[in-house]
Amino acid sequence: MEPSEDLIYDSARRGPVALEELRGIFQYRDLIYQLVRRDMVSRYKRSVLGIAWTLLQPLGMMIIISLVFSNLFQAIKGYPVYILSGLITWTFFAQTTNAIITQIVWGSELLRQIYMPRTSFAVSAIGTGLVNLLLSIILLFLIMFVMGVSFHWSILFLPVSILLLAAFSLGVGLIISTVAIHFPDVAEMYQIILTAWMYLTPIIYPEKIIPEAYRFWFFNLNPMYHILKLFRMPLFDGVVPDAKTLIVAVAVSSLTLIIGWLFFSKRSDEFAYYW
Amino acid sequence: MIDIDTQSKDVIRLENVSVRYRLPGERIHTFKEYAIRLLQGRIKYKDFNALQNINLQIHKGEIFGIIGNNGAGKSTLLKVISRVLIPTHGRVWIKGKVAPMLELGAGFHPELTGRENVFLNGTILGHPLREIEGHMDEIIEFSELRTFIESPLRTYSSGMNARLGFAASTSWEPDILILDEVLSVGDESFRRKCKTRMKEFRNRKTTTILVSHSMNNIRSLCERAAWLDHGKILAVGPVNEVIAEYRRGQAGA
Repeated sequence: MEPSEDLIYDSARRGPVALEELRGIFQYRDLIYQLVRRDMVSRYKRSVLGIAWTLLQPLGMMIIISLVFSNLFQAIKGYPVYILSGLITWTFFAQTTNAIITQIVWGSELLRQIYMPRTSFAVSAIGTGLVNLLLSIILLFLIMFVMGVSFHWSILFLPVSILLLAAFSLGVGLIISTVAIHFPDVAEMYQIILTAWMYLTPIIYPEKIIPEAYRFWFFNLNPMYHILKLFRMPLFDGVVPDAKTLIVAVAVSSLTLIIGWLFFSKRSDEFAYYW
Repeated sequence: MIDIDTQSKDVIRLENVSVRYRLPGERIHTFKEYAIRLLQGRIKYKDFNALQNINLQIHKGEIFGIIGNNGAGKSTLLKVISRVLIPTHGRVWIKGKVAPMLELGAGFHPELTGRENVFLNGTILGHPLREIEGHMDEIIEFSELRTFIESPLRTYSSGMNARLGFAASTSWEPDILILDEVLSVGDESFRRKCKTRMKEFRNRKTTTILVSHSMNNIRSLCERAAWLDHGKILAVGPVNEVIAEYRRGQAGA
């Protein structure tokens, strides 16, 4: 008997769906890799500069935003690095959550036709985001080098920051998509929320412009603030995040991911009825 | 729960399978409206039974035909078998790996080359990259696309697309292969090749489920078939009998 024949699917005897999904993602890891590759290749294949756009696009944006806002917030020394460390964090979050929602809510032809872990597209969206994030970070290093900003050992902390940011984004993406499958309006609403959320997070402005009295609650209630700190502290301040910041960030992102994964899995059987 | 005898010749068993789509009775679009109505208990659904109490056994190695008019529930049945849709009621039991022949273009990306698409398609079917590498030559050979394999898929004609699709999804000897109207694409010689390959599969014990509107194809390839109508199986058995019933039903209608 061939090994694949041992594979038995019995709709009456399934394990917990959340675990099934997790195992599925591991089994289909080559698919995730191919999906990320497809995203990268298809996006740039027809343009002359090709993959260079992955770098040129954020570079252009970084330059423009630094120029526009540098004058406004001159109080901060090395403002471009301040803003760019915030911007790469936010861009990753906004892009990946949007990609997850689009792919899951509108479903894909594939999900309608063949079984694959339903989190595949969410995980691959994070994968694509990670590739883009790594390229942006390299670019940021380049800018820092050109500007003569000193590098600190603290940048070695970045892998941890990236991991937590990815976990948080995946969690948020899964939660919003699960709701948005029933109510597509939520996907539209999310765009507005994202814009508001971005301005509530000190990405382009210094923290000091928020009045002292409100500052504590204003920042601490915003989960993205804690994750942003994980990038800004090693890159801009040149220090490894302190224990308190780290603990809050770990708690926020792992909790969001766990809730998102469980919520999504619990509802995922219904999705095919909506697509 | 009754244990299904794993030694039997069945590879697919459906027991009392029903699929009920809940169509909203009225369109509720916003969360606010939904919340209000939920509190008032005013959410109404129209139930649409896409499949009703389907009982079906498909044996190892056979080519099983499914016939029926449009909207009979054929696609829903295939979705249940390929695990895309979890039935509302009943039990689906499947032994082995199911490979649906993907619809034209699904999973294929126009900007990727033929070769890249075969890799993508292979991983979608759940195969590891290394295994796909090993099948690559055979797939290219069968699809007769060697000269075009490095060109992006958007430059392919629909026939070429179909050839690549068929080659990619049938080079694996899956345990269960699902073919939905695939024989209606491609030219005569390619269709002949497809049929030959399906007959080879039968000899190698791959189970095939064939959905087609062409009674000739069903008759020439299948031993057994089922006639599906409005979500119910009206006839199941030897292919000639089922087709005869179907024809009688059509004439009466």
